[in-house]
Amino acid sequence: MSDARREPWPDPSPEPQYATMAQQAEAASFGMWVFLATEVLFFGGMLLAYAWARGSFPAGFAEAGRHTKIFIGSVNTVVLLTSSFTMAWAVNAAEHGRRRPTAWLLAATALLALLFLALKGVEYHQEWTEHLVPGLNFREEGPNAHAVELFYFLYFMLTGIHGIHVTIGIGLIAVTMVRAWRGAFSERYYTPVEVTGLYWHFVDIVWIFLYPLIYLVGRSGP
Amino acid sequence: MTTATVTGKTDEPVVGTRNYLTEGGVTLRSWLLTRDHKRIAILYTLSITLFFFVGGAAATLIRLNLVTPPGIFTPDVYNRLFTLHGIVMVWFFLIPSIPNTMGNFLIPLMIGAKDLAFPRLNLLSWYLYMAAGLLALFAIVIGGVDTGWTFYTPFSSMYSNGYVVLALAAVFTAGFSSILTGLNFIVTTHRMRAPGMTWYRLPVFVWSNYATSIIMVLATPVLAITLALVAVERLLQVGIFDPALGGDPLLFQHLFWFYSHPAVYIMILPGFGVISEVVPCFARKPLFGYKFVVWSSITISVIGFFVWAHHMFVAGISLYAGLVFSLLSYVIAVPSAIKVFNWTATLHKGWISFDAPMLYALGFIGLFTIGGLTGLFLANLAFDVHVTDTYFVVAHFHYIMVGGMVSAYFAGLHYWWPKVTGRLYHEWWARIAALLIFFGFNLTFFPQFILGYLGMQRRYFSYAPEFQLWNIFSSAGASVLAVGYVLPFFYLGWSLFRGQRAGANPWAATGLEWQTSSPPPTHNFDRTPTVTRPPYQYRPEPEPQDV
Amino acid sequence: MKSPSPKGLPRALLLTWVALLALLAATLALAYVPMSGPLNVAVALGISAGKALLVLAVFMKLFRASALTRAAAAAGLFWLGILFALAATDYLTRTVEPAGELSAPTGRNLPAEGR
Repeated sequence: MSDARREPWPDPSPEPQYATMAQQAEAASFGMWVFLATEVLFFGGMLLAYAWARGSFPAGFAEAGRHTKIFIGSVNTVVLLTSSFTMAWAVNAAEHGRRRPTAWLLAATALLALLFLALKGVEYHQEWTEHLVPGLNFREEGPNAHAVELFYFLYFMLTGIHGIHVTIGIGLIAVTMVRAWRGAFSERYYTPVEVTGLYWHFVDIVWIFLYPLIYLVGRSGP
Repeated sequence: MTTATVTGKTDEPVVGTRNYLTEGGVTLRSWLLTRDHKRIAILYTLSITLFFFVGGAAATLIRLNLVTPPGIFTPDVYNRLFTLHGIVMVWFFLIPSIPNTMGNFLIPLMIGAKDLAFPRLNLLSWYLYMAAGLLALFAIVIGGVDTGWTFYTPFSSMYSNGYVVLALAAVFTAGFSSILTGLNFIVTTHRMRAPGMTWYRLPVFVWSNYATSIIMVLATPVLAITLALVAVERLLQVGIFDPALGGDPLLFQHLFWFYSHPAVYIMILPGFGVISEVVPCFARKPLFGYKFVVWSSITISVIGFFVWAHHMFVAGISLYAGLVFSLLSYVIAVPSAIKVFNWTATLHKGWISFDAPMLYALGFIGLFTIGGLTGLFLANLAFDVHVTDTYFVVAHFHYIMVGGMVSAYFAGLHYWWPKVTGRLYHEWWARIAALLIFFGFNLTFFPQFILGYLGMQRRYFSYAPEFQLWNIFSSAGASVLAVGYVLPFFYLGWSLFRGQRAGANPWAATGLEWQTSSPPPTHNFDRTPTVTRPPYQYRPEPEPQDV
Repeated sequence: MKSPSPKGLPRALLLTWVALLALLAATLALAYVPMSGPLNVAVALGISAGKALLVLAVFMKLFRASALTRAAAAAGLFWLGILFALAATDYLTRTVEPAGELSAPTGRNLPAEGR
């Protein structure tokens, strides 16, 4: 792979099970789409649990929602939406065979993702000091304490698993970035950039739904 | 490894020169790092055989305990035994049985591809499976789990004193193995077919595994996240399933059965595929109503998701939900029945020969029909209230899972054994085993329908004395069944070393997998085949069996 | 299958990004507006669905993808719909009886059943 640097646009040959590069590319991207369908259902189980709990304890969820850090949450949403944009731009650059821009845009995406995780860490820290972590240091009084605990249980499960996905995404993006920098991709072959992009946009979409379910609950109420 | 290039003799391969078993080396390393779907299939076969015997041993002990009330084990040991039996048989034998062994081996061969779309993912899937299996065995060895395979909350999350979290982690991991396999099969079926291999020229086995894969990919993640939630609830004592914590135990059951009912179709659909290959071959007739068989598989993989709460009729769901799920459960009987009619219609006026695979297949059709019809009883709300959690349910699903799926597994194992190993087994021993299994199975499980109808509860270590006669029948049948299951181990093992060499196509079967040598070369075909005909072009007249 | 501007910043992507941020601002602002009943949730989730559609259609190129890819994308949603719809047949029609004391005896400390 490293000697590809001197020959900028090598024509890669497909893996032995494929007849053509086109077949390989189609299989990879379709495979990622199928995987994302799996992921929808993976989060879906928790979303059903959330729907049940919120339906059962509307007042408690409204109270819990007002405890969430809406500023950090909203900034993080901007960060992730922007990272999705840089990712899409990176795929576009790769499509046109622009090697260095691809790598730089991937780097920007990974940095935004790191920023997201850092902000998430700050948020978790604040919640820890406010005794909002169920099972470990939860301390909350009042008639809705129970529902607040359920909310925060789901909050940590949902954002925790989303965070794991972000972390995996950073790894994928970093590897793809290094390969892009070394000239592994061209107009004819940029499947890994595209597939990583699909994964990353999905992580973004999950957050798009988590944002109102976590941060916007009970904002209009008393 | 290979030195001799065999040309013009592909139908009579010389074992040891050009096949997947020897090409690429015979070292342990070459097996553990292989990306060849055929070798991975062998790895799976060896590992699921191990788990089949572990789960079978537990079943034997259960039946031994139930010969005389109150049995020989303490209730606690008995609870651990049936949990072990359930977990191992469901996730480490039945779910991966046909897809991961025969599906892995045959799908690329049947569609004329060199391998699955993602060979590395395929190997990873096996490693995940092994990690999960070892984790489950570890949990069993250090003390076991007593929740039953269903892990119902709040017992599993609060009260059970077994190693529940370890078992949950094992099943979680096995789930991802299953997801990766399903994903691989779906992409392979869509993207790797040989020229001319149109969708309606695919063998039904491929269609069945495709339908299975849809379920694997879309149901398993729900199980994974549900079990993760149970594990967190157990570890941290907070959660949404325990009513004492303000949670809803029915939520667990909804999520669990959203996976576990479709999982029943993961376990049976590949069996349909095997039977649809075996029956036309040994009846020497094209499969009757190919498109109906195909589309009933796909229908099952969708409607299979619509029926889950029929496991919860007495659990406290609303009456309205009960009515909806009861009705939908009747609907799913239709595509299953279509298949049975199509197989019997294929047999009609066929030139039937009773080779071992066919004996297993015929056994499958009968036992599956009984299992399916008793399923209709259970879909009926009023009757279900009477027999919920009795041996009637146990008998019903064992007719599907053991009488159906295990028979289909053995049918497929015998049918493709010459292709996989290049050797023929001893036909008469195989027929004896098939008959023993059929007879032993019915003796074991038919009495359980009666016991359940009379009111004997499942999962109890003991029972009222008036049930003893039927229990003795059942346990006697289990010992016959055990002999039937151990026999193939010997004669198939024997055939590996002493069996006659099989030609490329010992059954004179159609299908691309029979066009290449036995065992096939690593890349399956010397030239990528071009397909011009639909499958199952059998002629209803005797053909000389080349043995 | 290339975007119109080979050099520099593709306009479609930029516009999508701006639209996403605008929708985010809208959903944040609307969350503070009291609406009757579950309307707040409906609005918030509706805007989320809009954002998700933008990401799917433009960033993930679904609007020019093959039917197969669209089917895979739809499958996840369809099956999620099955989960919610059929679970709702239970949850929306359940008769809720007043719960008893939450700390009622649960059987955890019952003596082990002897033989």
